[in-house]
Amino acid sequence: MTTMLTVDDLRVSFPTRTGVIEAVRGVSFTLGRERLGIVGESGSGKSQTGRAIMGLTPAHAQITARSLNFDGIELLTATPKLRRSLRGNRIAMILQDPKYSLNPVMSIGRQIVETLRTHEKVSSGEARDRAIAMLEAVQIRDAARVFDLYPHEVSGGMGQRAMIAMMLIAGPELLIADEPTSALDVTVQLEVLGILDRLVADRGMGLIFISHDLRLVSSFCDRVIVMYAGRVVEEIAASDLSNAKHPYTQGLLNCMPSIGTSRHPLPVLDRKPEWAL
Amino acid sequence: MTAAVSVENLVVDYDGFLALDTVSIEVAAGQSFGLVGESGSGKSTLLRAIAGLAPVSAGTITVNGQRLAARYRDKAFFRKVQMVFQDPYGSLHPRQTVDRLLLEPLAIHGIDNAEPRILRALDEVGLGSSFRFRYSHQLSGGQRQRIAIARALIIEPSILLLDEPTSALDASVQAEVLNLLEQVRRDRNLTFLMVSHDLGVVTHMCERLAVMKSGKVVERLSSGDLARGEVSQTYTKDLMVASKGFVRTATDASPAG
Repeated sequence: MTTMLTVDDLRVSFPTRTGVIEAVRGVSFTLGRERLGIVGESGSGKSQTGRAIMGLTPAHAQITARSLNFDGIELLTATPKLRRSLRGNRIAMILQDPKYSLNPVMSIGRQIVETLRTHEKVSSGEARDRAIAMLEAVQIRDAARVFDLYPHEVSGGMGQRAMIAMMLIAGPELLIADEPTSALDVTVQLEVLGILDRLVADRGMGLIFISHDLRLVSSFCDRVIVMYAGRVVEEIAASDLSNAKHPYTQGLLNCMPSIGTSRHPLPVLDRKPEWAL
Repeated sequence: MTAAVSVENLVVDYDGFLALDTVSIEVAAGQSFGLVGESGSGKSTLLRAIAGLAPVSAGTITVNGQRLAARYRDKAFFRKVQMVFQDPYGSLHPRQTVDRLLLEPLAIHGIDNAEPRILRALDEVGLGSSFRFRYSHQLSGGQRQRIAIARALIIEPSILLLDEPTSALDASVQAEVLNLLEQVRRDRNLTFLMVSHDLGVVTHMCERLAVMKSGKVVERLSSGDLARGEVSQTYTKDLMVASKGFVRTATDASPAG
């Protein structure tokens, strides 16, 4: 398997009035054309890792890495122009909540067309046809009608599918999905994940799936990285999750209530200070 | 009859849209009752109707044997019934300290001994007195939800309405809050009416549950039935499949690339 993305000793820190907050502290992994899950709780640095790869870290943050290499391009030393040409075109990102991540005053179709025409020289008619074809690919019935709708006129599941369509229209090689289904209903979650899964498999993309739900991630990804306090505490094949060694991973697996098991009280994480060292 | 909350043929009508369409449920005193369904199924509306926050156009709500008006709730009602909301980031006043937040319900209901009560309430939700003079932005999501629970419990209600109390929280924090809720229910013999879209959470917390869809109750069952898979409605089965999160099987079934 060829390596598409190499992350070596990535560090992201935010200077604040009360001192420097180190959100990501030396994260390293490689990614080929596979599905990689990053799991952790709020504040574990999983989203900041994704944003650093995408180039969306806030300007005041300090970001360093021995290497942050995407397909031969050293991202941290690349010019802003080069990074802009990558963003949306070769690396795309799906955000958590379609209510906030779509532009409320632009129709869904126009937003998709905007992405496409930023990166490719196509006529407006062709762009429209391709956007509608893409909406159909994410299983939106009546795509021509949805093309003209505004984000507030569609449901959360539909909005997230439109978001996926927008991110995939330029044919990216790497897709970063930051909690793509956390804002959706359980019944819609599976549908959206199924669509995402098929498109990623069909197009041979690399996928980084960021979530706090270890079960969901393990059922979706090939490999899982577990993060805690800005560090990778465990990297494990999804099929091998039951043999997880780190107590934090085991805790995450155990703390979910599930149908048919009666455990009162639920086991909770006993956070050890040495995990964060 | 010891029904703590009894709802009969309740209708909530938003300009012709029936958010609740002749819904009836009955919750015995001391019981924990769950409401499951997707967004827009009316499960939250039912809780809000009981709390007097939704326009009831037909049907009756009875709490502890007392029939309630469509909209108006008196102080005595809120002494018995308290609600915990979904989003702890939105339900706490951003410019009030924890102390102020917890004092408010005591002041409204004219309860004395505020100081020891606040300390006891904080203790009960496992936070301790060091949190008393913090603002909500200085707390994590799980800590905020504990404060929201403390605020609901401080006036010693007998019924707690829980609207997705853990869905804004991380999986690891969810377990802590669920354990806390179970603990206080045991200690105070509370009646819970809990809304969630997660079947796992509801079966863990509740003895009985109702599955809702499009403003109607489609199925009533016990957690035991659900655990054994004895469900009759396909919608309930769909929810069960979804809650297991087996995405790979879902995609394997359809022709993948």
